[in-house]
Amino acid sequence: MAAAGTRLDADLGAALSKRRFKRAGESVVKLTLVAAASVSLFTTVAIVAVLVWESIPFFQEVPVRDFLLKTDWQPLFEPITFGVWELIAGTMNIVLWSLVMALPIGLAAAIYLSEYADPRVRRILKPLLEALASVPTVVYAYFALTFVTLNVLRPIFGDSISIFNALGASTVMAVMLIPTIASISEDAMASVPRELREGAYGLGATRLEVAFKVVLPAALSGVIASVLLAIARAVGETMIVAVAAGSTPNLTLSPLESIQTMTGYMLQVGLGDAARGSVQYRSLFAVGLSLFVITMIFNIAAQLVIKRFREEYD
Amino acid sequence: MAVSLPDENFTLQATGRVARRQAISRASKWVLLGASMIGVVVLFALIVDTIVVGWSRISWSFFTSYPSRFADQAGLRSSFIGSVWILSLTIVFVVPIAIATAIWVEEFAPKTRLLEFVKLNLANLAGVPSIIYGVLGLAVFVRLFGWGSSILAGSFTLFLMILPMTVIASQEAIRQVPPSLRQGSLALGATEWQTVWYHVLPGALPGIITGVILALARAAGETAALIMIGAFTFIAFDNTSIWDSFTTMPIQVYNWTVRPQEAFRQNAAAGILVLMVVVLTFNTAAAALRERFRN
Repeated sequence: MAAAGTRLDADLGAALSKRRFKRAGESVVKLTLVAAASVSLFTTVAIVAVLVWESIPFFQEVPVRDFLLKTDWQPLFEPITFGVWELIAGTMNIVLWSLVMALPIGLAAAIYLSEYADPRVRRILKPLLEALASVPTVVYAYFALTFVTLNVLRPIFGDSISIFNALGASTVMAVMLIPTIASISEDAMASVPRELREGAYGLGATRLEVAFKVVLPAALSGVIASVLLAIARAVGETMIVAVAAGSTPNLTLSPLESIQTMTGYMLQVGLGDAARGSVQYRSLFAVGLSLFVITMIFNIAAQLVIKRFREEYD
Repeated sequence: MAVSLPDENFTLQATGRVARRQAISRASKWVLLGASMIGVVVLFALIVDTIVVGWSRISWSFFTSYPSRFADQAGLRSSFIGSVWILSLTIVFVVPIAIATAIWVEEFAPKTRLLEFVKLNLANLAGVPSIIYGVLGLAVFVRLFGWGSSILAGSFTLFLMILPMTVIASQEAIRQVPPSLRQGSLALGATEWQTVWYHVLPGALPGIITGVILALARAAGETAALIMIGAFTFIAFDNTSIWDSFTTMPIQVYNWTVRPQEAFRQNAAAGILVLMVVVLTFNTAAAALRERFRN
């Protein structure tokens, strides 16, 4: 009896120590996972640190007041001024005109896919629309400069439109934004409960009326989120505007003129136009900081709106 | 008892205002379909235009030649090799870190405010413009770490850029694994890690691979971030080490696009054809994988 007891004890002890070993292994694994997860936190910290730290010497040379209040961006020729509004105006120009085109088209696509399309059409159309999001932006840039500007816009507007113009870039940007608006809006529309539609049909509404007067208002927060995300993407897009919109800072919202966006200027510096250590080189980080803050605002706003609309029908 | 029969003119067809509303609704279908097709038509025009302009430049020598100031002698050799190096290294970095992050967030992290912050941070990082990642890479990898405009610096930059979207895709894949699998495994005495390793990960793997492939397609087409770290250079040798300077296919396409001569534009179109084949192959593979493992 006693012998059996010891053997049992020994077995139990072995099992327990094996278990303890497993436990130790578990915590090593967990620590590894935490370390990996912290990479993305460090990335955010590093982005903010780099942009702020490298902007400080710039703002010692160029007062923040001048940067934010002056309206001339002339970094290379005398008199040198760094008024960021001209670059922000360029970005706003592109965002405005690309949304004017992308919003109705994207919404129409979302409504069609969600309320009208039969499953067979949907299975073909949806991946095709999503393919628009996977085209590399340098390809869009080429297309904006060559096909859209030279083959379409020039014959229409003649010489009143410059070779590098906001409209060509905005048009192609709109194509890039369509899938962002369409797929997020469609998700929101798909989560509108069936009962709302059936109630409206029961009262004699047509399909169009159901789509625009019932589904669209019910999915409005999702639509707003999709637009906010599209704005953030348009603000941050670089290649299309750098290639097709020009490199002349210009305080205008006219789509026919040559402009420069924040991203376009940053790429110009990145291509080696400014010597390292010069004030032009340092302006890269000040513009980058402005760009980061602006896109952050739109992204966070979109997150908040999405969070709210998720809770609505749960 | 005479049953009053409907008169001869009775019809279920709507008339007047109702008929008009129904007609508008029927017409709206075609208007909306037309609008939905605009983007697709543009994509089609883009592809046709590129083929018309660039097809004649596609030849074996286009792949085996280095860049040149003579358009008809220039080719994709160094940029293609550069792209392969960059993508291979990026995949090596991104796969373990992204999967580990997703596992921690979904399976191990205590449900606290810190976790909420980590999730919000990931969503925001996914929306940070690529050129900002380029500035980060320039300041940290190229300058601070002193790696120069090397392949290592480039792939670290792209790794950070595609990490958030890869993590988010992996999280979704892990969430798709039914809780009953975990409970069964834990009930039989498996530890949490054994449960994740033997049950959750295999189930989530197709979704994770799909996410990785889509992220790689993004990295393969990225231009701005790599120009910022100094990859816009003339490379006339084959890359052999991670410390080499490099250039990639999208940057080569950019280079040819912005040159004024018509002949370089043909090169740009031909380069785009190659780039699109690569990117579409990635995307099709991801779509096929997702379709195959739907259930």
